[in-house]
Amino acid sequence: MHEILSNEIVILALVIGSYLAAVKIYKKTGIAVLHPVPLCIGFLIFILSISHVDYASFKKSSKMIDFMLGPAVVALGLILYEQFEHVKKNYKSILASLFAGSLSGILSVGAIAYLFGADKILIASLAPKSVTTPIAIGISERFGGLPGLTAVIVVLVGVFGGIIGPFVLRKLGVESEIAKGLAMGASAHGLGMTRAIEIGAIEGALSGLAIVLTGLMTAIIIPLLNLIFY
Amino acid sequence: MLGVFVILLMLMFGNGISILINGVIPGSVIGMVLLFLALITKIVKPETIKQPAGYLIKHMSLFFIPAGVGLMTAWDLIADHWAAILVSSVLSTIIVLTVVGLVQQKLEKH
Repeated sequence: MHEILSNEIVILALVIGSYLAAVKIYKKTGIAVLHPVPLCIGFLIFILSISHVDYASFKKSSKMIDFMLGPAVVALGLILYEQFEHVKKNYKSILASLFAGSLSGILSVGAIAYLFGADKILIASLAPKSVTTPIAIGISERFGGLPGLTAVIVVLVGVFGGIIGPFVLRKLGVESEIAKGLAMGASAHGLGMTRAIEIGAIEGALSGLAIVLTGLMTAIIIPLLNLIFY
Repeated sequence: MLGVFVILLMLMFGNGISILINGVIPGSVIGMVLLFLALITKIVKPETIKQPAGYLIKHMSLFFIPAGVGLMTAWDLIADHWAAILVSSVLSTIIVLTVVGLVQQKLEKH
């Protein structure tokens, strides 16, 4: 079993197969917490554990899929370009609100975790929790976090933000379509965007823009905060 | 295929710049900005990269599964700090929603 699960092709088929199955289960049940990513990760960890394959070995044989993260982040530049055309006249307020959101998100998650006794590894894993997973993984890794933990936290934050987002915004009296879209994308990345698209086309487009810009801002803010605090 | 080449080229330059600035910003994020700049300045046409970029974005979740499986090395950390993770993530998500929503709405009205 161990031999088979160290083969690159077998791992490739296993990961893609479980991912496709998880997507299918998610679509059939429609339950938000059964998001394909945690589902697929949970299943793979189970398979590796019962066959006594350690993570280092899995990581080596799955690096072909992992490699695709880089090109996928680069591709987000297209979303930035497509949305940029739509929002030129509001760019000042958009940059200001997303900067405020990115900064308050990083500081609040770090400060609260610190008060609960979190160490540097955990804070580095949590700091990029609001941004899209591939960017968050890169930041977490660079500042000594655990990318695996970050990936799962980010997805769960997205599920949570996607569910409560519209409710919180309504309670706050946020009526602007731009504000709603940006808030959903900045707090809950891809999952926030899925909900924002359901609310409306403008909200959906702006949430896409927010995902890319908060990812970029967070990638710049965290190194600066790291200089100040450590 | 040209689109795939352009994306890889941007990633390559992004990684190069990332090394020059001591890895402070991930090369992929820099590559994303480079692609955006290339599109704005019309060096790259959107049609060229539309197909590969669309494919990569659509299946992005698959690409971070291997990193996510790394969760299996984090059990001890989670067992010790689950309350810190839960409370900080929940509150901070509400804070981000509030700050972005209210700041944006306020600035638009001025």
